[in-house]
Amino acid sequence: MTYSQAVLNGNRLALARLLTQVENNTPEGRAALVELFPHTGKAHLIGVTGAPGTGKSSLVNQLALLYRKVENWRVAIVAVDPSSPFTGGAVLGDRVRMRDLSGDPNVFIRSMATRGSLGGLAQSTANMTQVFDAAGFDAVIIETVGAGQSEVEVARLAHTTLVVDAPGMGDDIQAIKAGILEIADILVINKADRPGVENTEKALKSMLELAHPTERVFRHHGLTMRTPLDQTTGKPAPAQDSSSTAMWIPPILRTVSIESKGIMELAASIARHVAHLRQSGGWALRERARLEVELETLTREALWNQFHEKVPQEEYKIVLEKVVQRNISPWEAVNELMKGRLK
Amino acid sequence: MTEKKTGPEQGRKIRVLVAKPGLDGHDRGAKVVARALRDAGMEVIYTGLRQTPEMIAEAALQEDVDVVGLSILSGAHMALTPRLLELLKMNGQSDVKIFIGGIIPDEDLQRLKEMGVTGVYGPGASTEDIIRDVRLAVTK
Repeated sequence: MTYSQAVLNGNRLALARLLTQVENNTPEGRAALVELFPHTGKAHLIGVTGAPGTGKSSLVNQLALLYRKVENWRVAIVAVDPSSPFTGGAVLGDRVRMRDLSGDPNVFIRSMATRGSLGGLAQSTANMTQVFDAAGFDAVIIETVGAGQSEVEVARLAHTTLVVDAPGMGDDIQAIKAGILEIADILVINKADRPGVENTEKALKSMLELAHPTERVFRHHGLTMRTPLDQTTGKPAPAQDSSSTAMWIPPILRTVSIESKGIMELAASIARHVAHLRQSGGWALRERARLEVELETLTREALWNQFHEKVPQEEYKIVLEKVVQRNISPWEAVNELMKGRLK
Repeated sequence: MTEKKTGPEQGRKIRVLVAKPGLDGHDRGAKVVARALRDAGMEVIYTGLRQTPEMIAEAALQEDVDVVGLSILSGAHMALTPRLLELLKMNGQSDVKIFIGGIIPDEDLQRLKEMGVTGVYGPGASTEDIIRDVRLAVTK
């Protein structure tokens, strides 16, 4: 039996092993992704990001517990931790905070290392979520590495992005910088029983008030968030119906994960966001943007491989050496290499 | 097609689960080993304290690890180890290798080896030995 058949039949061992193949980008893994693709597009992808130590893992643990109890959803969790830039090794410790989920066959937790990838996710995180989606999980929660200010990749992948903050993480100028706070669909102040929670909430609130609400579709690696344009005029699309296209203002919620406080409200807020996306067409837009970027990435990869097949390694090294010797510039070198390819 | 492919020859990272079964709360040894394996370029999943064999087997399955390292200081190794081996087998993961760190009396060493434990490391064991043995075990 192939991986994909076994995974569709609910075989957990096959799922675990396929995830490894996908993570390692093996031919088997890629073949299975092709077969599974028609079965994807059903799961709700929830991204959870925020600075190290804000309590992302504990929050994910609580959220998953609630989805199990209240919604009876099957929940998958992809938890990303950083690889060492020196040895390539990693200690993946998110499971430590998720022991409450152990023993439930309808929860599947997979830890992964970034393996040199920046942006808060690993290269293959998106493909791993596709596998979980096809395997019939209702929700896939993606926990990023402890993110700083520009690890915003998760917003491209997830339908709903939670940005987790905690009291005492920085002053209000941090809150108006571009980047991570901008990608939040929902802002969570975890550890809200700690002193300073008022200040954190005030800073986040003022950040939101300064912002101009836009329909945010995350596209290319943090470069642009676009306002949907009218296809004919090229101008921002007019609102058809003010109630259905009302802008989503990210709510600010307080939680205390270790005491399970505020989790119900958080789940309700996520549900409201999904309803908003469905109603406003944002869901389809995000899906489209995600697939567009994926197609682009794969095309780039394919062109790169094609290029390498046509240009011998020796020739490439000779050109590189010329650049290193400062004989030609990198731009000229690229021209030379591309000409060689066209011959 | 769903058979296991392990080891560095496949170009994949060695994945190790470091787990702490039983009721004692001393996890320094487990953390030292986790850190050493990380520095050797492996991906180490750390589960924290007070894990049951069921929890460990579950994590080993979900994470598709090659190796499980158990830290046992409570003296319960002759109960915990066979149980975990049995669970791994039930899950179709009899190819997963197990090593143990902790306080293990000499008279138990032979029996643990016979069960299939690939290495037992007491106080004073060197992390280099553990790393070498783990690499060797996954290529077998």
